[in-house]
Amino acid sequence: MSFMPVILWTDALIFALLVVVLALVWFIRRHEHLRAPWKHVAQRPMAMGAALVLGVFVVIGLLDSLHYRERLADSPADAPQYSVEVLSVFDALVSGLRTRQEKTYSAPLAMQLYAKEFIQRDGETVRDHPRLKYGGAHLTHADERGPDITRRTLVGLAQGLAVSLLLFGLLAAWQARRTQVQMGAWLEAWATGALGWPGRTVVLVLTLMLLLAGVLAQLASGYHVFGTDKVGQDVLYISLKSIRTGLVIGTLTTLVTLPLAIGFGIAAGYFRGWIDDVIQYIYTVLNSIPGVLLIAAMILIVQVAIESHPELFDTAAARADIRLLALCLIMGVTSWTGLARLLRGESLKLRTLDYVEAARAFGVSHTRIISRHIFPNVFHLVLIAIVLDFSGLVLAEAVLSYVGVGVDPSMYSWGNMINGARLELAREPVVWWQLGAAFVFMFTLVLAANLFADGVRDAFDPRLGGRR
Amino acid sequence: MGAYILRRLLYAIPILIGVNLLTFALFFVVNTPDDMARLQLGAKHVTPEAIERWKVEHGYDKPLLLNAEAKGSEQFTDTIFFKHSAAMFVFEFGKGDDGRDIGNEIRTRMGPSLAIALPVLVIGLMVNITFALLMVFFRATYLDLWGVVLCVVLMSISGLFYIIAGQYFIAKLWNLLPISGFAGGIDGFRFILLPVLVSVVAGIGSGARWYRTIFLEEIGRDYVRTARAKGLSEVRVLFRHVLKNGMIPILTGVVVVLPLLFMGSLITESFFGIPGLGSYTIDAIQAQDFAVVRAMVFLGSFLYIIGLILTDISYSWVDPRVRLQ
Repeated sequence: MSFMPVILWTDALIFALLVVVLALVWFIRRHEHLRAPWKHVAQRPMAMGAALVLGVFVVIGLLDSLHYRERLADSPADAPQYSVEVLSVFDALVSGLRTRQEKTYSAPLAMQLYAKEFIQRDGETVRDHPRLKYGGAHLTHADERGPDITRRTLVGLAQGLAVSLLLFGLLAAWQARRTQVQMGAWLEAWATGALGWPGRTVVLVLTLMLLLAGVLAQLASGYHVFGTDKVGQDVLYISLKSIRTGLVIGTLTTLVTLPLAIGFGIAAGYFRGWIDDVIQYIYTVLNSIPGVLLIAAMILIVQVAIESHPELFDTAAARADIRLLALCLIMGVTSWTGLARLLRGESLKLRTLDYVEAARAFGVSHTRIISRHIFPNVFHLVLIAIVLDFSGLVLAEAVLSYVGVGVDPSMYSWGNMINGARLELAREPVVWWQLGAAFVFMFTLVLAANLFADGVRDAFDPRLGGRR
Repeated sequence: MGAYILRRLLYAIPILIGVNLLTFALFFVVNTPDDMARLQLGAKHVTPEAIERWKVEHGYDKPLLLNAEAKGSEQFTDTIFFKHSAAMFVFEFGKGDDGRDIGNEIRTRMGPSLAIALPVLVIGLMVNITFALLMVFFRATYLDLWGVVLCVVLMSISGLFYIIAGQYFIAKLWNLLPISGFAGGIDGFRFILLPVLVSVVAGIGSGARWYRTIFLEEIGRDYVRTARAKGLSEVRVLFRHVLKNGMIPILTGVVVVLPLLFMGSLITESFFGIPGLGSYTIDAIQAQDFAVVRAMVFLGSFLYIIGLILTDISYSWVDPRVRLQ
């Protein structure tokens, strides 16, 4: 085998989460009353557009979670040795971006280095910006850069448009067949927005993403689209790699929160009495400690633990991964209190309802009452909390990395990008691209998540009655 | 009322004890003083003697809970728990790694923190309420819809971006205000302006959107319909009825954070070089100064609990339906 699969802790959890989500989707599809609110979500243009963008992020994150280590070329076949560098399927897909490393900073789409160096030119030594090794290396003269960029942009747009037209044609054909109408009739329904689902928005968002992907792919094959960072690595590559970190923090943290919040919240509200007192005491204590400080204190401790046991981690990636997992755990432990309080209040109300009292009178066990009557009735609150928390967690990662208690400094994350680029703003000319790229990517993910969360909340909140 | 406040105060004591025990466990049991010393000394200088010396210097050389060698009550008092954790109840925080008295630092740094945090709270509240009322006034129109979308967009931008953009454009490019720094008295005004402006703008998205939902909830109530039926104009209904009743949840939400204003904001203060408690905390975290972090955890919890008590009192004060039980 020329590679060895590596399953990091977060990879395993991410795929476990994926399985759970798929099982949940399958379960919901089979139950009409569970499907109804999702139909409302699917009818909202904003929510569907956002879901598509989120989907792209998720696919990149999943591809980036399939890790492996390459076999060293000179190692013997019977006792293979593997590189210490942990790569992912995503790395393999964009290997061009990963390997084309420059010396240091260079501006977006530049063909020269940011820093001046002594270089040989026409037999004499001059101090100037040297040419990049890869960025614009196919050009012979600086004058060709403008036309070349324009040409590549147009080609990229054309390719994106071609693919989206093809997809649109397939979609129209499939949908027309499924609903058994003429293609023309379907197109007319699509154009007037009479499909029953936001077809126009979906097609528009997909087309925009494909156009963007086309342009990026065309430009990235010859240039560094977002420039390079301090050690000369392509900023586009770093930004894309950071997607996984953001997603892991946004989802796994919630995964930690859920059992704590659901268990404690429902138990406190349902059983009342001393259980309620103890649980309330626990969450008041946790809540009263300022969140950042608690996270900082716990991360410092984890750091000490990791540093005193270097033998447990065979690669740097495994060590960074444990720290990421620890961060998720810690953020989960410090952030379950809000949801628990909400669930407690709701369970307090539910336990006095007639059908719960009736169940108790029949001698139904507590576990059965909770799982059959209480939990299904608070589940919408849990779901709303999951989607609402996600964007906050992604933003929190950047702040925590700035404080120095975020993910491992060697890990690709938007927080680390911002942190590294912040000090370079004082330079002349300004190194803005690293910061800009991190903010743009983070903004896109968080905005999509927020818009989707709004759609979900509006559909599930019983006070709005699934409309508005 | 007096008995109620007293009971609330008594309820705060076990919570503070819980916080104290938790921090003690985190900082001394899970993470022993030996670990701290090793981290502080760095990988190169770790010898058993150096660790011992570091522990003596910082007063961490005693047993954790029970000193078997000491006599009488000293068995309990001459321990790390008593000297470093229990002492916090009387606000004895000891010294940080730089040798300065933490209690003293806290007292001098509270002022600058408050100078930023208080204007941010007050101005932010006014701006957010204004935007929320405007959106409610134009509710169910495109103005309202796009207002909400704008709020979501503003919410989705990282707080760090607001600070960096503000510093870069306003201070560096246009030279309108100093980039960072702090001064006391009237002179300090120009230093405060930029951090306050940035923090207020950063808070508009979530604040205005949240207040809008509060006002919208009020506007569907019966008393609003009655007010309209009386023939009051929409503006009058909004200001006299909706705003007044909507302020109850808003103000009680504010009361809980009032004491925490002393702690300042970590990020804002460190970016703008404000010598407040926020930058003190962040410096301590980055220097891994456990004594200061521990003190700030305790102080933060203490202030939060005061905030909770104030909230309970203010609830019963503004909303007569809440009885003091």
